Amino acid sequence: MVLGRRFDTQATALTKQGRLAVYPSSRGQEACQVGAVLAVRDTDWVFPTYRESMALVARGIDPVDVLTLLRGDWHCGYDPTAVHTAPQCTPLATQCVHAAGLAHGEAYQGRDTVALAFIGDGATSEGDFHEGINFAAVFKAPVVYFVQNNRYAISVPLSRQTAAPSLAYKGVGYGVPSEQVDGNDPVAVLAVLTRAVEHARAGKGPFLVEAHTYRMEPHTNADDASRYRDGAEVDAWRDRDPVARLETYLRARGVLDDAAIAEIADQAEAYAADLRTRMHEQPVVDPLSLFDHVYAEPTPQLIEQREQVRAELAAAHDEEGDA
Amino acid sequence: MATETLTLGKALNTGLRRALENDSKVVIMGEDVGKLGGVFRITDGLQKDFGDQRVIDTPLAESGIIGTAVGLAIRGYRPVCEIQFDGFVYPAYDQIVSQVAKMHYRSGGRLNIPMVIRIPFGGGIGAVEHHSESPEAYFAHTAGLKVVTCANPQDAYVMIQQAIASDDPIVFLEPKRRYWEKGQVDLDAPLSDAYPLHSARVVRPGTDVTVLAYGPMVRTCLEAATAAAEDGRELEVIDLRSLSPLDLSAAYESVKRTGRVVVVHEAPSNIGLGAELAARITEECFYSLESPVLRVTGFDTPYPAARVEEEYLPDLDRVLDAVDRTFGW
Repeated sequence: MVLGRRFDTQATALTKQGRLAVYPSSRGQEACQVGAVLAVRDTDWVFPTYRESMALVARGIDPVDVLTLLRGDWHCGYDPTAVHTAPQCTPLATQCVHAAGLAHGEAYQGRDTVALAFIGDGATSEGDFHEGINFAAVFKAPVVYFVQNNRYAISVPLSRQTAAPSLAYKGVGYGVPSEQVDGNDPVAVLAVLTRAVEHARAGKGPFLVEAHTYRMEPHTNADDASRYRDGAEVDAWRDRDPVARLETYLRARGVLDDAAIAEIADQAEAYAADLRTRMHEQPVVDPLSLFDHVYAEPTPQLIEQREQVRAELAAAHDEEGDA
Repeated sequence: MATETLTLGKALNTGLRRALENDSKVVIMGEDVGKLGGVFRITDGLQKDFGDQRVIDTPLAESGIIGTAVGLAIRGYRPVCEIQFDGFVYPAYDQIVSQVAKMHYRSGGRLNIPMVIRIPFGGGIGAVEHHSESPEAYFAHTAGLKVVTCANPQDAYVMIQQAIASDDPIVFLEPKRRYWEKGQVDLDAPLSDAYPLHSARVVRPGTDVTVLAYGPMVRTCLEAATAAAEDGRELEVIDLRSLSPLDLSAAYESVKRTGRVVVVHEAPSNIGLGAELAARITEECFYSLESPVLRVTGFDTPYPAARVEEEYLPDLDRVLDAVDRTFGW
């Protein structure tokens, strides 16, 4: 979690330096981001949204590959099949149905794979949230829908998303067992999600978990959170900081001391320094790559358009040579 | 050689059966595709023979059908999704254009979505609203999707199998008013020798005017060609078959001989396939043209009520009228 937070801080700094186009921070949601990933196996499939960069890093994906999307090099930097992680979802809730289908297909093959779908509070208003969880329930597909309720969908508060008593309550209508958890308590998140994953893996169908947490930073670096929430509210959540809480808990249990904390901080600094160095290298993206991968079998029209751009680039290159 | 006379609907059913037999990764999913066999019976008997895990009755939710099929496709399945009627596809539009179409691109070619989305399309069956639409332009406009349509039983049988075998997502439009029309189908010819999926075909050679059509309008145009022949005009009718990518090599060759073109489709003319065809033919065959490329299409209205759909749909007379007009320049 310390490492995840350091990654998050570094990514925000890289954005301010112009090295990332945009960065949606998950500071304050470390217990959810890390706890959720710890609850599943490497062979399980994760369906993240754009805010799950920290979760992807916790899953062991190279941070440079995680930031490929946000740097604008390509839409996804990692191999989804190799790391059992779908590309990060931007339209929101669209991944809820993918998770249901993938989990159903895995179960049909006799594999015990579980799909973990991350969603936010706002996305539970989307139709695909409903369709995904309903399909999963009908098919008894092994999916865990993990709702990080961080109180805001950019600027719009929870009260504008739902009149339900809680987001977990929504699962009841689908016949899906649903629980709420303190999303800033990593031990609780891990415990509840582990139980949810076991439920799904045992063939009992999907499970919904709503974690109550808070996005400490604006939606992205381009957002101004002061327009829609006041400092007192943010301060109240700062008192429930998940990293500080875990530290306090572990110190009280006698399993963490100053030396260990210093060592973890050093590791996090080294991790950030490595990321900084590698992100400072200017990526070389072949302009012609824009035509790659549109189809498994390219169409004649695309081949023609690619040739047009290749010729333009060659002509520009020749002109530079002449000058 | 096992050649049988089949309706277009039965040819599709037989092609789907063949695909299920040949590849255990093929799954059919949609509303009422199981016990009922689909409202047009295109999947008739398939659940009985292949089980409810391979021919899946889904909840009534089009986005859910396509979205879960994305998840299946990511793990190597070849989902064949049925959308019950053209006008019901729009709840799935986001999944189709933002997820199905883009997943291969987004993932840098690492994830294939070998999905077929079957949609009965077009009018002429006296249906109520939302059951007679021609949404092909929406999908043909979208990079990452391929769009094909069949016009006769032989093509229906072969093309559905080719579409399922393709590693790209394909919107497969079925001319619903032609489901009951019969034709000879060669059931034994190997798929590997079949006419390529994304190639247009000259279905009636002619010398005077080139007529481009697809799906339900191919037959209308063939009838127009028969009538025109009685007046001494030979129309060359080309069935485009693939709407994205378009294969216009046969059309260019034809237009360079005839100098006259009429494009026919049921969909409204505004920003439709006909506009793209006209533009490309003009670019490629400008000096061969004796007249502008003319369009015979549905009107720019919502699909009308059944009692007036005959006024809306392009018919033999409108095609012949356009043919006449190509000689007025």
